[in-house]
Amino acid sequence: MSDTSPQGQNGSPLTRFLRATEIDTRLLGMIGALMLIWFGFHFYGAIFGNGGYFLTPRNLWNLSVQTSSIGIMATGMVLVIVTRNIDLSVGAVLGLTAMIMGILQVNILPQYLGLGHPMIWVITVVVGMIAGTIIGTFQGWLIAYRGIPAFIVTLGGLLVWRGCAFLSAGGRTISPVDPSFALLGGGPYGAVGETGSWIAGILACVGVVWMLHSGRKLRQEHDFKLRPMWAEVFLAVVGCGTIIGAVLLVNAYPWPRGIVNAYATANNITVPPEGLFISHGFAIPVLILVAVGIFMTILMTRTRFGRYVFAIGGNPEAAALAGINTKWMTLKIFALMGMLAGLAGVVASARLNSATNALGVFDELYVIAAAVIGGTSLAGGVGTIYGAILGALVMQSLQTGMVLIGFDTSVQQIVVGSVLVLAVYLDNLYRKTVK
Amino acid sequence: MTNSNQPLVELRDISISFGGIKAVDRVTVDLYPGEVVGLLGHNGAGKSTLIKCLSGAYQADSGQILIDGKPVSIENPRDARAQNIETIYQTLALADNLDAASNLFLGRELVSKFGFVNDSLMEAETRKIMHRLNPNFKKFNVPVSALSGGQRQSVAIARAVYFNARILIMDEPTAALGPQETQMVSELIEELKKQGLGIFLIEHDIHNVMKLCDRASVMKNGQLVGTVKVDEVTDEDLLSMIILGKKPEKAT
Repeated sequence: MSDTSPQGQNGSPLTRFLRATEIDTRLLGMIGALMLIWFGFHFYGAIFGNGGYFLTPRNLWNLSVQTSSIGIMATGMVLVIVTRNIDLSVGAVLGLTAMIMGILQVNILPQYLGLGHPMIWVITVVVGMIAGTIIGTFQGWLIAYRGIPAFIVTLGGLLVWRGCAFLSAGGRTISPVDPSFALLGGGPYGAVGETGSWIAGILACVGVVWMLHSGRKLRQEHDFKLRPMWAEVFLAVVGCGTIIGAVLLVNAYPWPRGIVNAYATANNITVPPEGLFISHGFAIPVLILVAVGIFMTILMTRTRFGRYVFAIGGNPEAAALAGINTKWMTLKIFALMGMLAGLAGVVASARLNSATNALGVFDELYVIAAAVIGGTSLAGGVGTIYGAILGALVMQSLQTGMVLIGFDTSVQQIVVGSVLVLAVYLDNLYRKTVK
Repeated sequence: MTNSNQPLVELRDISISFGGIKAVDRVTVDLYPGEVVGLLGHNGAGKSTLIKCLSGAYQADSGQILIDGKPVSIENPRDARAQNIETIYQTLALADNLDAASNLFLGRELVSKFGFVNDSLMEAETRKIMHRLNPNFKKFNVPVSALSGGQRQSVAIARAVYFNARILIMDEPTAALGPQETQMVSELIEELKKQGLGIFLIEHDIHNVMKLCDRASVMKNGQLVGTVKVDEVTDEDLLSMIILGKKPEKAT
C-alpha cells in the first residue's frame, strides 16, 4: 500500500517515528512525567532516605492497589467532563454506597443467609452499584431535565450524600466486612497469584496482538494508509513487554512471612527454614480497574454512546440538531458515574475491611484532578480513558512517594495542588504548539 | 414520477412565538419537487425560525406541515430526518472535535453486526462522497476544527446529500465561502434540482436568488410579504419587498 507516502519522508527521525507508530504524544508526555516522579522519589529515597525506596515490587504493588478506586471513578469522570459537566459528589456517593454495603453485609444479610454465605458479597456488590446508579440517575435528572447546573447539583450532593452516610449508621464504623467481599480490596489473599497473573498477562498480550492485526486488516479492506510493518512490530513488542514486565513485577512481591506461616498451617504445608516464596500476583482491585478501563474505552471509542458523548462535548447544539437526545445522554452519563462510584465504594471499603462515613472524603478532587491531568479538557469534547487512569496513577504516585520519604500531609497537599495547576498549564502549552 | 401539482412540502399557517414576540406569524409556504424556493428577508424576519420548524429544531405553536399532501408531525430533528428532510445550518452544526466521517454520520452511525461503530466503513463512505463533492478534500483524520471554512461547508453539505434527502434546507450556504466554492455550491444546487429534490434556500444575496431560485418567498417581521416567481420580477421588486414589505403589483 502507501507505506511511503510523501509526508512520511520528511521531518526529523522522531517525528517520522511518531507518525509511523501513530503514538499519542500526550501519552508519551504522561509516561515521561510518571517516570520522572518514580525515579525522582526513588533516588531521593536512596540518597537522603532511610531505605524508603520507591521502585520496589512491594511499593509498586501497593501503588497499583491504591490507584484502583480513584482510577475507576476517573474513567467515569472523563465522560462527565467531556460533556462539559462536573461531578463533585463522587466521594460522597462512594461514602454512602460503602455504608449501605457495610450495613447490608454485616447487619442484614447474615440474618437471612447465615454468616459467611457465598452469596453475601455478590448481593452486596450488586446492591452497592445499583444504589450508586440510582443516586447518579437522580442527580442526572436534576441536571438534564430540571436545568440545574451540574456544579450546584453535585455540590449539594457532596453534602447530602455525606450526611446520609453518617446518618445511615449513626456515625459508627462497620467492620469487619464479609471475608469474600474483603478480597475485592486486595491484600495477600485478594490477589490472583503467580499462575493467575501469567494467565492474565498472556491473555492481555494475545489481545494486543489481535487488536494490531485486526486494525491492519480493516485498513487493508478499505485501502487506507497502513502503518509500516516495523512500527506494528514495535507496538506489539512494547505492548507485550509492558504487560510481561507488570506480571514479573507483581510476581516478585512475596507474601509476608506471617501470612505465609498462617497459610502453611491452614493447609498443612511445612515451611522450609529459608521461608516460602508465594507471589502476590495482580491484586483483584487492579484487575477490576483494568476491566473497567477496557470496558469504558470500548464504550467511548466503539459505540454510538461514546460518539455522542464526544459530539455533545464538541458542540451540544450540533449534537441536538443531529437528532441526539442530549438530555437523556446527560442522565445516562451521570447514572454511569454513580455506578462507578458505587464500584469504587466496593474496592475502597473492601480494602479498608470496613465502612466508615469518612470513606472517600476529598476523592472528588483527586478524581477530577486525575481526569484533567490525563488530558481531559474542562472546555469539553476531549479526553481519554487511559489518560485518566494514568492521571490517577500520577496523583497516587505523588502521594505515595511523599509518604515514603516522610513529607507532612500539609506539604503533600501543597505539592499535589501545585502539580495539578502545572499539569493543566503544560497541557495548554502543548495544545497550542500542536495546533 | 411525482405529481407536479402536489407540493412536496407545505408549511401551512405556521406561527411560533418566543416570550410574547411573534417570530413567525401565520406563514404559509410550499415547495415542489425539483424546485428551489428562496426565503428572503432581513435578519430577524423569521426565515431561520420558520425553517427550523421544518427541520425539527423548533416546534410550531400552531399550523400544519404537510409532506406529499399528508400532515406530518415533526417534533425533533430525528423526525425530520425520517421524512428525508436534511438541513445545512448557517452555523454548519458540526462537532468541531470530531473528524469529517464522524460528523457526516452523526446520529446515524454505521454499525457492525455487534453494534459497534464501523469507523473504517464510515471513513470509506466519506471519502467516496467527498470525492464527488470536493475532490480537493484530503483531511479525513483530523478534527473538523482544523479545516478551512470551505472544507467545513463541504462536510455539512455531504452530510445532507449522502442520506438521499428529498427536501433540502440550506441556510445561507455560501455566506462564508470564496468565489470558487460558491460556484461549487451553485452547481450542486442545479444538480440536486435535476434529481428532483426540493430545496429551501435562505439567502441574502439577491443575485444568487435570481440565479438559483425558481420562486422567492419574502418575509418581514415574522409575516409573509408574498411569494413571487423569480423570472417575473426584477431585483428591485425583490428588494422593495424585503425593505418595504410591499408586494409588486404585477405579481399579485
